[in-house]
Amino acid sequence: MPRGGSVPAHAPGTDDLARLERYPFVVVSWVAEDGFPVSVATDFRTDAAGGIVTLRQPVGDGLSIPGDRTVSVVGSHIRPQPGQGYDERRYLQLWGSAAPAGGGVVTFTPTRAWGWDEQEVPFFEYSERSVPQSRHYLAQLSAEKGRTIRPRLDFGSWLLRTTRLPFLSATFVPVLLGIAIAASHGAFSWWLALLTVIGGAFAHLAINVANDIFDTLSGADQANPNPTKFSGGSRVLLYDLVTLRGLIALDAAFFGAAAAVGLVLVWATGSLTLLAIGLAGIGLGLAYTAPPLKLVYRGLGEIAVALGFGPIMLLGAYVVQAGTLSWEAAVASVPVAILISLVLYVNEIPDRSGDAAAGKRTLPVRLPAEVVTNAYLVAALAAFALIVAGALAGLFPPFTLLALAAVPLAFRVYRGIRANYSSPYALMSSMAVNVNLHLFVGLGLLAGYAIAIVATALA
Amino acid sequence: MGWLPAPVERMLDVALVGELTVVGRDGRPITHPLIPLYDGEHIYLHSSTLFSKKLEHIKRDPHVSLSLSDPVALKGVPGRATIQGTARVIEDDPHSQWERLILDLWRRKEPVIDAFLKQRIALPLFFERAVIEVTPTRCLLWASGDTTDEPQRFVAPREEAA
Repeated sequence: MPRGGSVPAHAPGTDDLARLERYPFVVVSWVAEDGFPVSVATDFRTDAAGGIVTLRQPVGDGLSIPGDRTVSVVGSHIRPQPGQGYDERRYLQLWGSAAPAGGGVVTFTPTRAWGWDEQEVPFFEYSERSVPQSRHYLAQLSAEKGRTIRPRLDFGSWLLRTTRLPFLSATFVPVLLGIAIAASHGAFSWWLALLTVIGGAFAHLAINVANDIFDTLSGADQANPNPTKFSGGSRVLLYDLVTLRGLIALDAAFFGAAAAVGLVLVWATGSLTLLAIGLAGIGLGLAYTAPPLKLVYRGLGEIAVALGFGPIMLLGAYVVQAGTLSWEAAVASVPVAILISLVLYVNEIPDRSGDAAAGKRTLPVRLPAEVVTNAYLVAALAAFALIVAGALAGLFPPFTLLALAAVPLAFRVYRGIRANYSSPYALMSSMAVNVNLHLFVGLGLLAGYAIAIVATALA
Repeated sequence: MGWLPAPVERMLDVALVGELTVVGRDGRPITHPLIPLYDGEHIYLHSSTLFSKKLEHIKRDPHVSLSLSDPVALKGVPGRATIQGTARVIEDDPHSQWERLILDLWRRKEPVIDAFLKQRIALPLFFERAVIEVTPTRCLLWASGDTTDEPQRFVAPREEAA
């Protein structure tokens, strides 16, 4: 990847001259004999077919545009938006030679062009493509200063970014639901519930960090110039916000904490089923991106996430409380599994070119946009259909139908995907709604069980 | 103390964008639109480490010029100006040094920066920045804004004595 920006310098074409016409004036620059650059605004007109720009000659001693050296012509448009920053940012720089043309004008023949237009390359993408320049600059600066200078974030922001903490809802929903189902069956221990939530959270954070390590080492994150807060990984390694060794140490700490809590739970419950579930969960989380299995690279990422954050988390939490498996808990884990895999699925849409470059065969990489979009709606509605079927069959408490209140969110996400399939940043709001869909369905199911528990207690 | 003429100081106080021209590795001019800040003596510009090639150019050749040319960016303040000077890059701590040096000036001109700073977690490298401190040595002023008029010329006292 080139170090500087997203648009490499190139030989100017008629397109560049046509673009220049959009600017009301240009700034002409050259380097004077005394070594100082001279820059002067002036009027101009372009002859795109002829490949030349006619510049009005500024007046004054030392202001004649020289014909014996490189001259630069810049058009710039940066529209200030009070209270919001800037928009419609674009600029175009041409380098070439000038020659007097008489009548107070000079003819400028460009030979090189460079520019940026945020309508073509969004600012976030432009920034992302410039990360190698930042790393190069800071490495040079470190060498000059004789000490390591690296980018930083305050600790809270760093931790939030590194662990992708807000995604813990993916763990809380199945774990709390497993605990609630067990409680509705008369099995409940506060301290075991608390430990389960903590252990599940540590396992989730460990897996998040592990995935980041492997995605960075594999080149998947570097190949993706359109990360969003929902996709593209934490990028802390890519940005040099932490060393590889530091991130591995953090990951080991999370895995260690998860394992310790898991062992306490196995000891407390004496359940080998729980041990098997815990080992399966950790193994699946690692196998997601880690060699040799690298499930996400083989097109099994969505299934792995569905299993891990559906049946494994939910049944694990249930077994901690009840000591045995349950058909009700198993069936209840399916809609949760579908919805969490849909979170990953939608987040993979903007990542698809980077994922494809890194060899990750996710569903959005393999399937056409139309299929991906329609499959989303089918899968989301299937999750709701399962809830309805479970409630009608008497497997789930009737008030779990509260989860159906989230159905409109599924349609909002579907419409968002359809409208913004190829616009990563425009898709972000749909990704946020999709995360909420999983959360609100989980809360609806939890509310249904909570009502059932209270009703039983009162009866 | 500053010596720039009052109309140019006024332009520097309001300008949301100016065009900084530096000398590239091969001696050609390279121009960057940037927000200029002014403390009455020096002009300050700043650059994210993401877009830091200009810093490398300045460290190799400190000669720069700053053009104040866009009537929109000048918020209706009349005229155009070109300021030549020497620049130095202040980069001891790209994480926070710029905040101590120029954040107040930046905030005064562009209060929205505080909202962006709260989003530092989203764009951490964008807010790793170096400061470009320009000491003006010469200034051209086109009071009418028309650069086909002869400009008024001003020179720093030190430069004039030399």
